[in-house]
Amino acid sequence: MAVLNSKIPEGNISEKWTNHKFNMKLVNPANKRKYDIIVVGTGLAGASAAATLAELGYNVHAYTFHDSARRAHSIAAQGGINAAKNYQNDGDSVYRLFYDTVKGGDFRAREANVHRLAEVSNNIIDQCVAQGVPFAREYGGLLDNRSFGGAQVSRTFYARGQTGQQLLLGAYSAMNRQVGLGKIKLHTRKEMVELVVVNGKAAGIITRDLVSGAIEKHSAHAVVLATGGYANVYFLSTNAMNCNVTAIWRAHKKGAYFANPCYTQIHPTCLPVHGEHQSKLTLMSESLRNDGRVWVSKKKNDMRAPADIPEDERDYYLERKYPSFGNLSPRDISSRSAKEVVDEGRGVKGGEAVYLDFEDAIKRLGKKAIEEKYGNLFEMYETITGENPYTVPMQIYPAPHYTMGGLWVDYNLMSNLPGLFVLGEANFSDHGANRLGASALMQGLADGYFVIPYTIGNYLVADKPEKHSTDHKEFEEASNSIKEITAKLLSTNGDKTVDEIHKKLGRIMWNKVGMARNEKGLNEAINEIAELRDEFWKSVKVTGQAEELNQNLERAGRVADYLELGELMARDALNRKESCGGHFREEYQTEEGEALRDDENFTHVAAWEFEKAGKWNRHTEELNFEYVKLATRSYK
Amino acid sequence: MSAENLKLKLKIWRQKGPNSAGSFSKYEVAVSPDTSFLEMLDELNDSLERKGEIPIAFESDCREGICGACGLVINGQPHGPVPLITTCQLHMRNFKNGDTIWIEPFRAKAFPVLKDLMVDRTGFEKIQQAGGFISINTGGVPDANEIAIPKDISSLAMDAAACIGCGACVAACKNASAMLFVSAKVSQYALLPQGQPERYERVQKMVKVMDEQGFGSCTNTYACEAECPKGISVTNIARMNRDYMKAKIISKNVEV
Repeated sequence: MAVLNSKIPEGNISEKWTNHKFNMKLVNPANKRKYDIIVVGTGLAGASAAATLAELGYNVHAYTFHDSARRAHSIAAQGGINAAKNYQNDGDSVYRLFYDTVKGGDFRAREANVHRLAEVSNNIIDQCVAQGVPFAREYGGLLDNRSFGGAQVSRTFYARGQTGQQLLLGAYSAMNRQVGLGKIKLHTRKEMVELVVVNGKAAGIITRDLVSGAIEKHSAHAVVLATGGYANVYFLSTNAMNCNVTAIWRAHKKGAYFANPCYTQIHPTCLPVHGEHQSKLTLMSESLRNDGRVWVSKKKNDMRAPADIPEDERDYYLERKYPSFGNLSPRDISSRSAKEVVDEGRGVKGGEAVYLDFEDAIKRLGKKAIEEKYGNLFEMYETITGENPYTVPMQIYPAPHYTMGGLWVDYNLMSNLPGLFVLGEANFSDHGANRLGASALMQGLADGYFVIPYTIGNYLVADKPEKHSTDHKEFEEASNSIKEITAKLLSTNGDKTVDEIHKKLGRIMWNKVGMARNEKGLNEAINEIAELRDEFWKSVKVTGQAEELNQNLERAGRVADYLELGELMARDALNRKESCGGHFREEYQTEEGEALRDDENFTHVAAWEFEKAGKWNRHTEELNFEYVKLATRSYK
Repeated sequence: MSAENLKLKLKIWRQKGPNSAGSFSKYEVAVSPDTSFLEMLDELNDSLERKGEIPIAFESDCREGICGACGLVINGQPHGPVPLITTCQLHMRNFKNGDTIWIEPFRAKAFPVLKDLMVDRTGFEKIQQAGGFISINTGGVPDANEIAIPKDISSLAMDAAACIGCGACVAACKNASAMLFVSAKVSQYALLPQGQPERYERVQKMVKVMDEQGFGSCTNTYACEAECPKGISVTNIARMNRDYMKAKIISKNVEV
């Protein structure tokens, strides 16, 4: 078993990052321009990293499969971004944000990383304001905050319901400035399809030009992946249509370990599935749970309209089971409870939905107050469903939303492959088994603005990587293998469409590797996914040509990767014989049905090494909790 | 939420590449009124793929109206008949059984068609790269609360910043002008204290590149505002024009 060295610096938790910054080697300013760095992905993590590295003087090559860096899915984040500013004088501190994040992650994250995240959170807000990000303000002109995701302090900064958009546009503007100055070469509509490794170090990437179909080789001194999460393995998720695992998966197949793939966040307040042709699920802001009451009928398969179900025949199950947190119970708990009542046949008309009802809130506060608070969301709901939530209760159901797992990285955000750095949702590092609301934006920007600019320099000086010619045989081989896979996809000419197979995979994942998992289901999933993978390669139908704009081919390549990833997620879930955060094993629960961790045997990161599809080796990194004591999360 | 399927005739613009001639192709579909417009196209594409035909190329990503990737001209209107939403938020219940729907790409000289319903909006990027930023580096900035900004000013800046860069304003304009798009960014920074040091230089740089990219002139028809899915106001254009005029008088770096 390989030794995974997390490279956590010595010293007290609050001094580790400061000491580490001093101890790391620096690149002479005049030498920075001699280094080429590839950054893949232009969301919060990628754009902030590209901009900052370019400001420092490195030659940055940034890649996105979109037509513009501004389209990355960070743009869709609604709620906000956390920081330990304590502007509200309500007792927040770096230590409290650190503590809440470790506890919220159900004690499966690295303490040192989380503390650093909390430390730089304040710098992020300063940076964004200086860039002109229009955060919400109070009448005195200072920044407004709100409490979010069950936090007991108001530490969330927001820009209406479009915080992700505004933060991304801030990072995008910083990046555009460097593009204009010639320090970033921006490559749009290029999808990374292969990582190139030379002598054990990341040396470049292979891309497919999505307009011409050309396969192109790019070499650099280091490669940074900031390519987001993989919730689209479920087919239906809140992720954008083009979000995919391909960049990190192909890197995984070249030797990068994949950590904790089974940790998936299922968001409780999404719109339910309306039919088999649905393409994605829409998130409704969690803030709705501040005033909405969640309920279902006490009877199974109750076909009555909600208004015809009398009060005493309704089950307000969150209020019943968790009297102190009620409708505001954390995401994993709310999601699982919805699944329980639906599995009992008590969902809306026996289906997969529960009610989120504002009748009491409207009676108590008046329609106008509700309109002021949630007007946009109510309109959005009506646009999509055609129903008016002021008069008919909303229908909601959980949906896959965020993946805490990702490529394994050390404290420097470098994977086990030297020269390959992984940022944002694409790595596994800071959220443990469950991410708190408003923490994803924080992590993406922390990694890009304030961590990678320091740690990458240390690598360049200490490891002295060379930049290889793209004629090197590793580049040739990687490029040829992509051409072969493409040819195979286009020539199979079977009778199953890519979406058809992706939907089948999604159903297996949702039913057996979803909100609640058990040994039998996971074993079945492993076999079914392997069979589906065979079916894909025997009978997929991909139309068009390799050397042209071909969206069918793009999707086929991504689904091929999901068919491997899905199996690894199931294997990871099967091996983790405990329940923690977003990973709930039915065999491991308390008498009250709450998640039951096994700290003695599973206080570790599981990092998987790829051998071949269907065969992985499991490595572990022990987690030590020196500051936040291991305790059971309770929201009763 | 289920009702009878709608039977619809679609006339969709098909064009192999930037230099090919395009034409409308006819399709017939039956869809649930709860389906979104783009899901209808997904479904149609799945049936085309099944027959071994080339699916219709179109762009979309977030499918919740914020990324700005999607954008079709539906029956002559960018983003279709419902105001203040993007194409991906349009649902089929807004159409009637038996309707014929014409679907085209955004049409503008500065947005060449790449394939079918997909256009190249690189022109927007070039404008942003010329001046759509505040020239500061990461680190070394003041504490966020050292810059107090009146709530109403901040709110106006946010109204402008809500632009999603979809290009509907250009597609709606008979001159294919990008003034609404450019003025939204110029206004955001012109309103905020952080944007003041480069205010007059920025507007000149962005307008210059806007002209170079082949976007047309503004003749105040307000078609852009009418079709903007985010309700960006034409008052931003007025603000930009004022700044531009002032820039010509006071700026040390007159470029135009």
